[in-house]
Amino acid sequence: MELDSLYQEVILDHYKKPHHKGLPVGELQVHHVNPNCGDEITLSLAIKDGKVEDLIWDGVGCSISQASASIMSDLVSGKSVESARVALQEFTELMQSKGTISGDEEILEDAIALAGVSKFPARVKCALLSWMAFKDAAIQNGAEL
Amino acid sequence: MNSILDVAAIKRDFPIFSQEMRGGKRLVFLDSGATSQKPIQVMDAERNFYSTNNAAVHRGSYLLAERASEAFEGARDRVAQFIGAQSHEIVFTKSATESLNLLAVSLERTTGSLQVSEGDEIVVSELEHHANLIPWQELAKRTGAVLKWFEMNEDGSLNLSKIDQIITSKCKVVAITHQSNVLGSVPDIAPIIAAAHAVGALFVLDGCQSVPHQPVNVQALDVDFLVFSGHKALGPTGIGVLWGRQELLSQMEPFLYGGSMIETVTMTDSTWAEAPKRFEAGVPNMAQAVGLAAALDYLDVVGLSKIHQWELHLTNLALKGLKEIDGVKVIGPQGLENRGGVISFTIAGLHPHDIGQVMDQYGVAVRTGHHCAWPLIRKLGLTGTTRASFYLYNDESDVEVFLESVAGARDYFGNR
Repeated sequence: MELDSLYQEVILDHYKKPHHKGLPVGELQVHHVNPNCGDEITLSLAIKDGKVEDLIWDGVGCSISQASASIMSDLVSGKSVESARVALQEFTELMQSKGTISGDEEILEDAIALAGVSKFPARVKCALLSWMAFKDAAIQNGAEL
Repeated sequence: MNSILDVAAIKRDFPIFSQEMRGGKRLVFLDSGATSQKPIQVMDAERNFYSTNNAAVHRGSYLLAERASEAFEGARDRVAQFIGAQSHEIVFTKSATESLNLLAVSLERTTGSLQVSEGDEIVVSELEHHANLIPWQELAKRTGAVLKWFEMNEDGSLNLSKIDQIITSKCKVVAITHQSNVLGSVPDIAPIIAAAHAVGALFVLDGCQSVPHQPVNVQALDVDFLVFSGHKALGPTGIGVLWGRQELLSQMEPFLYGGSMIETVTMTDSTWAEAPKRFEAGVPNMAQAVGLAAALDYLDVVGLSKIHQWELHLTNLALKGLKEIDGVKVIGPQGLENRGGVISFTIAGLHPHDIGQVMDQYGVAVRTGHHCAWPLIRKLGLTGTTRASFYLYNDESDVEVFLESVAGARDYFGNR
């Protein structure tokens, strides 16, 4: 079923038990919404010694947006700003690929499970919401992304 | 109940149903509340206009210009007849959204008793689509007027218990929907219209969800303005309607300025044409107006009373079926009383987007999310709903596939 390429097991696992989800505590919090569907995310983080630390987010949304936030926060937490930048770029390209590329697992880890989303244009924004919130928060914390 | 409409024959007029959806499934289109599909007669009318009559209306002394003007004004006559109005009371806009923005801007610019200014009150309701909320919000902000609203009850009706406090002598305009686009609930507007008129306020009816689906007569309703969109009534996109009482339109200031809407122009000043032309700056959406007239012809041949009856029959079947699926909750009115052919529902633990995605695998097209009525969704304590809306080309087998797909969505996530 075509649907199984979208809703892979790893996505549903992250959806049911999201990582790094809680009440954002940082002084600087970003709030992003998807006005088409009403999905929302609030996220805070810190940049310490060139690394992404203390990333925590809260939000409401579909399984894709929630799983993507969980996967993204696993992927960038504790990593250097540079590797987060590479992951962000790789993921954005994957989402815009309309299913033509499968993504680099070395870079994206669990996030390659979201590759199927790129075949459903209406859902790409769901997957990208948390990544854009991360990018915004990192830049506001002085990171060069 | 098949005797109400010959849906098989109707479906043959809509080319979109002749193609396959994902997985080779047939299209079960349950999103007519967002936009309707178009019969071949509407496409032919547009094509015919471009093929044989195309020229800028109300200009030119040549044959084509005459034909184009006749076709466009004929469409205006057709719309007027459809809602029990006079032709010169019909303003063509690009959409119902534009019709409402036109009103909100014009009522600010018009001096005299119609003008909305500081300290005046504007009344809407929590049921409103963003298009019948934001233009009034912004009008209030620009002028210093006060925006007030009727609250919604859980069944999708309006709470009228404080009507005397909500509609006061300061009230200038009341703008309410004829039917909720989210819940299908039909608010009791008669007492609101009476209260508005008792204090000399104007009543604006948003007919986007009613005019395409049931007989609507502006005289019988005793409203002052009615807006609706062409594309939800089998017509083309890019054409909307504003109906207003002649004595009101004739006093009102224009919304857009430019060609066609003037009486005289000098380098420093201009005066305006009579309504409705005063509100139709620029070359209008001519082919779309002609297409809309063909759409209204189509609806009248089938019969709006029959269409309404048929939609309620399908809604009844769907409501009964939904109530038998564990975890499904119908939002808003639970029965057929005071509702149209629209159903919003939730499934416990599932997000509407995920529900809609699975339903798509069955060929079922539904709307998910806040349906451009975010305050209503917030009021219900939800992040969104899944919405099915019925029209004349839906039948009982569509309801069956719909119910199967809802159960399928629940099971898809429930079993994994």
